[in-house]
Amino acid sequence: MEPEPNVAPPPTDVTPGEGDRAAAAGLGPRSLIRWESGLLLAAILVVALGVDASSQFLTNGNLFYLCISIGEVAIMTLPLTFIIITGEIDLSVASILGLASALVGYLWSHGWPMPAIIPAVLAVGILAGAFNGFLVTRVGLPSLAVTIGTLTLYRGIAVILLGPNTISSFPFSYTKIGVDPVPHTFLSYSALIFLVLALIFGVVLHFTPFGRSLYAIGANKEAATFAGIRVKRIKMWLFMLSGLVCSLAGILYTFRLSTAVQNNGLGLELNVVAIVLLGGVSIFGGTGTMVGVVLAVFVLAGVQNALFLTNFPESALGIIPGVLLLLSVLAPNASSFVHRAREFLRRRRVRGRIAAARS
Amino acid sequence: MSVALDPGPETTAPLAPVSPHRLVDLVFRVREFGIIAVLLLLVVVTASIQPRFLSLQELQFILLDTTVFALLAIGETMVVLTRNVDLSVGSVLGLAAYVSANQFGTHPGTSIGVVFLVGAGIGLACGITNGLLTTIGRVPSLVVTLATLYIIRGIDTWLVGGGEVVANSLPNAFLHIPRATIAGIPVLAIVVALGVAAAAYYLHSFRSGRELYAIGSNPDAAQLAGIPIGRRVFTVFVVSGTLAGIAGVLWAARYGTIDSTAGTGYELTVITAVVVGGVAIFGGSGSVVGAALGALLLNTINSALYVLGISAFWDQAIAGLLLITAITIDQMIKVQLTAALRRRSRLGA
Repeated sequence: MEPEPNVAPPPTDVTPGEGDRAAAAGLGPRSLIRWESGLLLAAILVVALGVDASSQFLTNGNLFYLCISIGEVAIMTLPLTFIIITGEIDLSVASILGLASALVGYLWSHGWPMPAIIPAVLAVGILAGAFNGFLVTRVGLPSLAVTIGTLTLYRGIAVILLGPNTISSFPFSYTKIGVDPVPHTFLSYSALIFLVLALIFGVVLHFTPFGRSLYAIGANKEAATFAGIRVKRIKMWLFMLSGLVCSLAGILYTFRLSTAVQNNGLGLELNVVAIVLLGGVSIFGGTGTMVGVVLAVFVLAGVQNALFLTNFPESALGIIPGVLLLLSVLAPNASSFVHRAREFLRRRRVRGRIAAARS
Repeated sequence: MSVALDPGPETTAPLAPVSPHRLVDLVFRVREFGIIAVLLLLVVVTASIQPRFLSLQELQFILLDTTVFALLAIGETMVVLTRNVDLSVGSVLGLAAYVSANQFGTHPGTSIGVVFLVGAGIGLACGITNGLLTTIGRVPSLVVTLATLYIIRGIDTWLVGGGEVVANSLPNAFLHIPRATIAGIPVLAIVVALGVAAAAYYLHSFRSGRELYAIGSNPDAAQLAGIPIGRRVFTVFVVSGTLAGIAGVLWAARYGTIDSTAGTGYELTVITAVVVGGVAIFGGSGSVVGAALGALLLNTINSALYVLGISAFWDQAIAGLLLITAITIDQMIKVQLTAALRRRSRLGA
């Protein structure tokens, strides 16, 4: 599936220089241990932890709860995975979700019929993504700065649309996705959509020229351009795709909670980014797999759910994404970490000795 | 950029009348003047519609609100200059605000100085953690501080539990810190302004300060030039953390009520202020004065909307647009500047 063993994000704080890449490849047998295998192990451990924690863990009710708690976030990780693989980032995802949610409420309260609202909201999502894409690809601005700006902007538009109002008079035929699982399963509708989309995104990413070109762009933009890949156009499409998928997540979010308020999904962007990185996608682009991201979704949702069932203080659950994220980036370079710490101490000693000799 | 590095024009061609340095310098000054101009325009327009805007109380409010952000902006600027980012400042502020203010409740009679030390200490510890993970752990700072954002906030939520610190439990002397004024100007604003000036002087005139720019504009070159990148980056994270800790104590004194959500989302506001203030998000250029002005501008917009009776709901959308406009203008200037430098060097050669 992958030409290059997926070892952790490049161990540098700036750019993935060739030296670092070589160093990462030189880790020997360690680099053969795929990140995804570790995640799979973690996922199995999570199930064990959950079953051990409570007999409730594997019941349909709990699994439905698990699905519903992560569904929209999981959906938003898919286009973001593409974007991060190309070396860009989109921090505006949760704001697009919020904007879509506010728009659903706004249009509904203005008497629009639901079959008209949904395509309209999806179109606005594409527009929001296109604006990001335009600024990044045509104006040439860094996506980090652009999407911090549009994070505030899109949330701001949601706030303007709804103000302090809460719209919650949606028809039950739509809001039932928040209470009923898909018939004959424990899956929530959002989880089912996630799984179907994940399959499509995974096939596109790993088995089509388009998907492979994303890795090329992330690994070396200039080389990709000279190889005939339309870098700017592809990035533009990806941002629009992200806008579309996030507005879909916004619609689902609104129906699930049966409420549209201006702060729907506030702050979720960090969860989404955390999951993608936990899934083994390098923040510098060029590496990562869909399998990893899907497993990361499960690990995060599973750990939180399992801990929720134990007596773990609920207020501290927020720590989990952070701890997992740190472990996921530290664990793969643990050996080089020890090595570097030793090197650091050794240099310090030598320097001390030189200083002592001089004086 | 190879063009700019070419030493040819200066030695062989005395024809070039303006050195590229002066041009670059001018552009940076244009940036700070630009913010001041926007700020003045905003103040004049707002005041002409609603004179109340220029009341002493309103101006004091703006300055006080800005102090916390300006303090965070000093640290964030130093971090961003080195091509890193500190996303954990909001969480550090929250944790420091709660733990420090809580001292008054758990240890009655604690002196205010000790409380500030507690806040700064918490910030220092968080900064050291971020710095170590980034430098020795060699994890990208975006990822490290995203993780510590969650972890520190989680610790905060866990410590606070369901409770909160309320103004009643805080000594009056503490709550009066933000209210002290000299000639109508809040003392805190003066102190923070001095801090900004000191940081600006440091970044401009000290070797280690200049090195932060070098690290941010070209890490590989900085490494080859013998700059201790690890130590510098570690230091800026420690400074950023400590300032966020102190900002937390000030936040507590300013608002009096501290629950587990204090400072949530501040990281993005601070980064917005810093970027609006002209600090390049990928490091290497910008100034703390610009960043502090950026923070002042954002807070002035807040107040102006409030005074004008425009719904505060417009606030966020305007901040977002401002950020995008600022970076777009920057980019356009940069393109022009690069073209100008290229022309000049071609002329010289």
